[in-house]
Amino acid sequence: MKQIIVHKPIFLIGGMLILVLTFAAAISFIVPYDPLHVNMKERLLPAGAGHILGTDHLGRDIFSRIIAGAKTTVGTGLLILGAAVVIGVPAGLISGYAGGRFDRIFMRIIDAFMAFPDYIVAIVLSGLLGPGMLNLIFAIVMVKWVGYARLVRGTVLSQKQKDYIILAKINGLGPMRILWKHMMPHVAGNVLVLATLDLGKVILMIAALSYIGLGAQPPAPEWGAMLNDGKAFFYHKPELMIIPGVCIMLVVLLSNLAGDFLRDHYDVKSQKGGQ
Amino acid sequence: MKMIANRLLELVLFLLVLSFISFAFMKLAPGDPVRYMLNIDDVAVSEERIEELREELGFNEPIIVQYGLWLVRFFQFDLGISYMTQQPVTQELAEKLPATLILTFCSVVIMTLISVPVGSLSALYKNKMIDQVSRLFALIGASVPSFWLGLLLIQWFSVKLGWLPSMGSDSILHLILPSVTLGVAMAAVYVRLLRSSLLESLNQDFVISAKARGLSSFRIFWFHALRHSMVPVITIFGVSLGSLLGGTVIIEVLFSYPGIGKLVVDAIVRRDYPVIQGYILFMGLFVAVINILVDLSYRYLDPEIRLKEGGST
Repeated sequence: MKQIIVHKPIFLIGGMLILVLTFAAAISFIVPYDPLHVNMKERLLPAGAGHILGTDHLGRDIFSRIIAGAKTTVGTGLLILGAAVVIGVPAGLISGYAGGRFDRIFMRIIDAFMAFPDYIVAIVLSGLLGPGMLNLIFAIVMVKWVGYARLVRGTVLSQKQKDYIILAKINGLGPMRILWKHMMPHVAGNVLVLATLDLGKVILMIAALSYIGLGAQPPAPEWGAMLNDGKAFFYHKPELMIIPGVCIMLVVLLSNLAGDFLRDHYDVKSQKGGQ
Repeated sequence: MKMIANRLLELVLFLLVLSFISFAFMKLAPGDPVRYMLNIDDVAVSEERIEELREELGFNEPIIVQYGLWLVRFFQFDLGISYMTQQPVTQELAEKLPATLILTFCSVVIMTLISVPVGSLSALYKNKMIDQVSRLFALIGASVPSFWLGLLLIQWFSVKLGWLPSMGSDSILHLILPSVTLGVAMAAVYVRLLRSSLLESLNQDFVISAKARGLSSFRIFWFHALRHSMVPVITIFGVSLGSLLGGTVIIEVLFSYPGIGKLVVDAIVRRDYPVIQGYILFMGLFVAVINILVDLSYRYLDPEIRLKEGGST
């Protein structure tokens, strides 16, 4: 029983991942129309037969665009987090484990990054690189990897001096093996919690920056860009505003809830470990 | 004193690195600024004119020479001329800054007006109805995209009811919607923070001893518990002042509010390099100075830090 409780977050996340993947696979079959297909004869249709949520100002099916937008917004969010973890975790592991001057210089760089607010760094980076989705992805990854590196480095520093690591060293385990076999399990839980909490923030950032025109460019179906796209027609057709907004809110809400849940769970576990 | 000198030295180094990186990035960035400058009215320009202007702006020099020249001008507070308006960048930034600061200030006021009462009630009536409602508010508030909240407010208060203007900054009425949007979005975080901080303070010995001394619960709450709980809240507020300025960018664009955030986004879309670079350096300086001030203020607010540092050196 205790085993299940300790490993529950992993089951939960696994379950969520499977759900998301099935959902993503399922929706690629249910997109009823081409989300980019413009049909000026059918513009601003109300919700009803044919178009479940109606059509936008260019006659594009809103439901199809929302589904395709889910792929862009949520998919890009997951991609960004994945990249941030892949860069940040090894960087933190190596820096924490190596220590010394290398670690000090590394921390300086991290502090410089952390000193700046996420939005300003992301805006400035996409400013230097030019508007566009790829540049936005790069910009947010640059903002986010630092958090993981710092978190992992802290964990490694706290574990490095423990007896079992020293014992492993005496037994002749190489640094790669020690990091992988002994450090990774300590790091994984924390990284998972941070990533879940970050997902909502990253999605909000993608949507907000796309809204102000720095991310997805029209006609790409992205929820933030859709809000920008339809803003001249909100008065006549409020759905154009309501639907993408509610979608963003729900996804962020879900990931915040999952993050809170995992964090509480994880705290309980670490308290038990401390006793 | 030594610590302050160290921090200032670091600040100068940091600005140099930042300026070089942003300078190098701009040179590598796609798009030819000379063409952007000349193509304003989509009139065809001769190649000679392009070459002439490039020579005039020093774009044909090696990059290090260009950076050196730029650095010399930077120390004379000359950040170049905006391609969009043909005005000096320093002047552009200085003109737009007050509007952003006013907006930031108003939204902080609104944030405080919401989060202090809601957070307090939530902690005082823990797990009661009012606490549940305010926690729900905090959860939803943290999940709503701020620009969407702004759109909803515009739709309701300026389009449907026609009470408030939605664009520009001509009167004090123009400030209401943007600062409410920002204030509400921020309040969600602080309600949560204040609640947990208050719950902690209310269990502290000094509150119990104040109760034992027979102080009224009103006095205990306002003069003991709330004051104690504000320390972590203000700390976090200080650290996030910079991110507040990041949040205003989105809201300024949404409400066409003429602050520095709107300025930089316009500059990015039109690849107006001098303005982007001016913004980067200005923000770098601003955030770095805030961080130093926050660091220093800890030392005065929290005697423990001073004692620790004094002991270790």
